[in-house]
Amino acid sequence: MIVRILGEGQFKVEDAATAELNLLDADLEAAVEHGDEPAFTVALTGLLAKVRATGTPLPPDILEPSELILPHEDSSMDEVRKLLTDEGLIPG
Amino acid sequence: MYMKGTAARMGVMKRVSLVFKAKANKALDKMEDPRETLDYSYQRQLELLTKVRRGVADVATSRKRVELQMNQLQQQANKLQEQARKALGMGREDLAREALTRKASAQSQLDELQTQYAQLQGEEEKLTVASQRLQARVDAFRTRKETIKATYTAAEAQTRINEAFSGISEEMGDVGMAIQRAEDKTAQMQARAGAIDELMASGALDDAVGGKRDDIQSELDMMSASSDVERELAMLKGELTTGAPKQLEGASANGDAQSAQAQPQAQAPYVPPAPPQQAEPAAIPVADLPGEPQDGDGS
Repeated sequence: MIVRILGEGQFKVEDAATAELNLLDADLEAAVEHGDEPAFTVALTGLLAKVRATGTPLPPDILEPSELILPHEDSSMDEVRKLLTDEGLIPG
Repeated sequence: MYMKGTAARMGVMKRVSLVFKAKANKALDKMEDPRETLDYSYQRQLELLTKVRRGVADVATSRKRVELQMNQLQQQANKLQEQARKALGMGREDLAREALTRKASAQSQLDELQTQYAQLQGEEEKLTVASQRLQARVDAFRTRKETIKATYTAAEAQTRINEAFSGISEEMGDVGMAIQRAEDKTAQMQARAGAIDELMASGALDDAVGGKRDDIQSELDMMSASSDVERELAMLKGELTTGAPKQLEGASANGDAQSAQAQPQAQAPYVPPAPPQQAEPAAIPVADLPGEPQDGDGS
């Protein structure tokens, strides 16, 4: 499975790690929904760390869309909300 | 606002990737001949490459400006510190306090700039990496594009094009955001730098350059100039009364108890370094005098 961290690049992550990523992702989502900034930071940091630890960076000459895309390391909750509504994206 | 319910269970990661894919599909749908898509997209990629490189240069320019300001502030802080030391040496605690207050203000500006400098540096690095990554992907896309054009008919090409297109489009979206973020940070930085320029021009952090500068420095200068005058005056007076040192030696040879009594007489012609109205400096030579002869006796 290919995962992108915005601002960092794409990683190939073993499917075995998916369950754990989904748990962390659920935390992230809950934090965004409840407007809980500290929980948001913890969840995002944990999620990114997990992807970096279990994934291997995709070679730059490979052109593949990602199955999952994660926000920037220093994203604010507001930025993530915009990502989800499409407002924050520059058309590619 | 984002949707709750089904979408919420999907997770942030999946939803973001769907948003990216939707963008790519929308762009693809506009194209009539899929192979045109390839050339059009490639043009866009080259434009974005130019843009990201310009972005790197812009951030570097801002970073250098901040660096320059940091140097200026550091110099001011050092200067004020030195002024405080001088002022204190001259017994002007009030001036020293003022200089240190301004130094603290310069220092806090400096600290802030340092943080932002590090941020700019981070953005510069990220953009540089992003531009290298994009370059590699664009190269890959170009190769893929030529293969597709040469090998497939328009109808057959569609699937391959979609793949290549969504891959590159995601990368472009990512890089585009990176550029936007760097621009935002740079804009903040420039506003901050402008404010500090104004502050420096106003003289609030000032000491030695421009404007109001010399309220501290000129007072220190005046004080040290007048003390130079006094010193020279004392030397001249000393030359006129060259007999005095001999009397002094005689006095010290008589022993401590006696010299203590003899001093006021010996001193009168010999050390008038301070003007009569300054009682305290006049006291300093009194303290010094017993020391010198004793050293002489010891050796």
